[in-house]
Amino acid sequence: MSKRIPLAPGLFTWPAEEPALLGGRCGSCGHVAFPHREHCLACGTAGVEQVELPRRGRLWTFTTQRFRPPSPPYAGADTPETFVPFSVGYVELPGACRVEARLTEPDPAKLEIGQEMELAIVPFGMTPEGDETLVFAFQPA
Amino acid sequence: MDVAIVGVGLHPFGRYEGKSALEMGADAVRDALADAGAQWRDVQCAFAGSMEVTNPEAVVGLLGLTGIPARAVLNGCATGNTSLTMAAKAIESGEHDLAIAIGLDKHPRGAFSADPSVSGLPGWYGDAGLFLTTHFFGMKATRYLHDHGLTAATLAKVAAKNFRNGAANPKAWRRKPISEEEILNAAVLNYPLTQYMYCAPNEGAAAVLLCRADQAHKYTDKPVYLRASQLRSRRLGAFELLTPSLPLETVPSPTVDASLAAYEEAGIGPEDVDIAQLQDTDAGSEVIHMAENGFCKDGEQESLLAQGQTEIGGKLPVNTDGGLIANGEPVGASGLRQVYEIVTQLRGRAGERQVPGGPKVGYTHLYGAPGTAAVAILST
Repeated sequence: MSKRIPLAPGLFTWPAEEPALLGGRCGSCGHVAFPHREHCLACGTAGVEQVELPRRGRLWTFTTQRFRPPSPPYAGADTPETFVPFSVGYVELPGACRVEARLTEPDPAKLEIGQEMELAIVPFGMTPEGDETLVFAFQPA
Repeated sequence: MDVAIVGVGLHPFGRYEGKSALEMGADAVRDALADAGAQWRDVQCAFAGSMEVTNPEAVVGLLGLTGIPARAVLNGCATGNTSLTMAAKAIESGEHDLAIAIGLDKHPRGAFSADPSVSGLPGWYGDAGLFLTTHFFGMKATRYLHDHGLTAATLAKVAAKNFRNGAANPKAWRRKPISEEEILNAAVLNYPLTQYMYCAPNEGAAAVLLCRADQAHKYTDKPVYLRASQLRSRRLGAFELLTPSLPLETVPSPTVDASLAAYEEAGIGPEDVDIAQLQDTDAGSEVIHMAENGFCKDGEQESLLAQGQTEIGGKLPVNTDGGLIANGEPVGASGLRQVYEIVTQLRGRAGERQVPGGPKVGYTHLYGAPGTAAVAILST
C-alpha cells in the first residue's frame, strides 16, 4: 500500500489537517531558524526547541527555475521533458524567520514582493519503496 | 616587509579539450616567470588553488622538482585571493623572498552541481531542487531592484559592457559584443536574469609572482604593490547563497565587511580607486557590488551606468577585461585573473582596452559560496 510521506522527517507536521513547518527556537536567545537544528546558530546553545512556524507570511524575494535542476542532487519524479518550471523565494513568517521554499506560481509576473503567501504541501517524487514524497512550498494566499 | 607583484601570467580561460588543468597551470606559471625574467628555480614557495583538482600543488611536477614548500588552497570563488594572501604573508613574515600564487581549474559544462553535504546542508535541500547557487543571484537581484528602483535594463547594460570589453581583450573567452536588447530578450534563466547576464564555468589558469618590495627592481621596472588583502565569511543575518532560512533582521554582506577592512588596511577610500574588478557572476552581482564596495550609494547605479562611468573611459572602469561574464569562471584561477588584469592596466600594457590617464590604484573583489568575499587593493 503506497503512502504519502514528507520528503524528509522533521520538515513539517504530517499527517495534519493544517500542516506547519517545523523550525527551532532557541530557549536562550530566542533565535528562530528553519529547519530545526540541535545547536543555535546565533549563540551556540544546545537543546534548541522544535516549534511550529506560522503558516502564512509575506513574499520577501523570488526567482524562477526554468530548467530541471542538475540531478543528482535533484530528485524530483519528473524528467527533462516533463519538468514543470517553478519559482523559489523567501517568505517572511511574522515573529519567526524568512524561509526559502518553492513557490507554486511559476510566472514571475504573478508574483510581487510583499504579497501574502501560505504554506502548501505538494507532491514531489517517489521513494524506492513506491511511496509518494511531499515537499513544502508556498502559494499566493 | 612590503610585498610587490613582479610578474603575472595567464592561460586564457575557455575550453581546452585534451589539456589538463595542471598543464594550463604550468603554462600560466611560465608566463608569469617570463614576465618577471625569473626562473622556476628562484621561486621559494607556491600556493596553488583549484576546485576540481584536489592536489593542484602537483603542478610542481610539470615545472621542476625543486623541493620548495608547495601547498593547495580552496576557498570557493575566493580561492584566488586566498592563494594571493598566503603567498604575500610568506614574504611579509620574512620567511621567503619570492613566492608564487597559482590558480587552475577545469569544470564540466553547465551549472555547478554538488551534494548539499559539502556545504553542511541537509540532503532534502538538494533533493528538492533548492541547492542551486543561481537561485540566490536571481533572488538577490529581484530584491535589490525592488528596494532601489532599478530595472532589468540596467542589468543588460552591465552585461553588454562586459561583452564589449571582452571583445577588446585578445585573451577573453567571449569576444563578440551582444546588444542590450538581445541580452534583455534572451531566455530568462532565473528571473530577472537572462542567459546572457550570467557567467559560465570553464577552464583556465593564472599565476602571480610576488617578491619582497626591496628586491622588486631585480625583476621589473614597474612593480605593483599589494596594499591590502582581506577575506570575510558571512555573518548571521547576511542574505547569502544556499541558506534555508534567514533571520528577520538583515546585516551587511561579507563583501561590505571585506571591503571596509581592505580600505582600512590600505589607508585609502573608494574615491582613491582608479580601476576595479568586481565579481560579476551575473550582471545583478556587478550592480550590487558597486554599492557594497563603496563605489556608489544603493540605487545610483542606473544613472552612473547611463553616464558610462564604469566604461573603460569612465570615472571608475569596472571589469575592463570583460570580467567573469566574458572570461568565464575557472573557480581556482578567477581571482588571479582579476589581479592579472589590474597589474596589466597599472603598468599601461592593456593595449586596446587600456584605461587612459595612467591608473595608479586598482581594486579586486571576489564573492561566492557559501558566503565568502575577498578584496585586494593594489597600487603602483
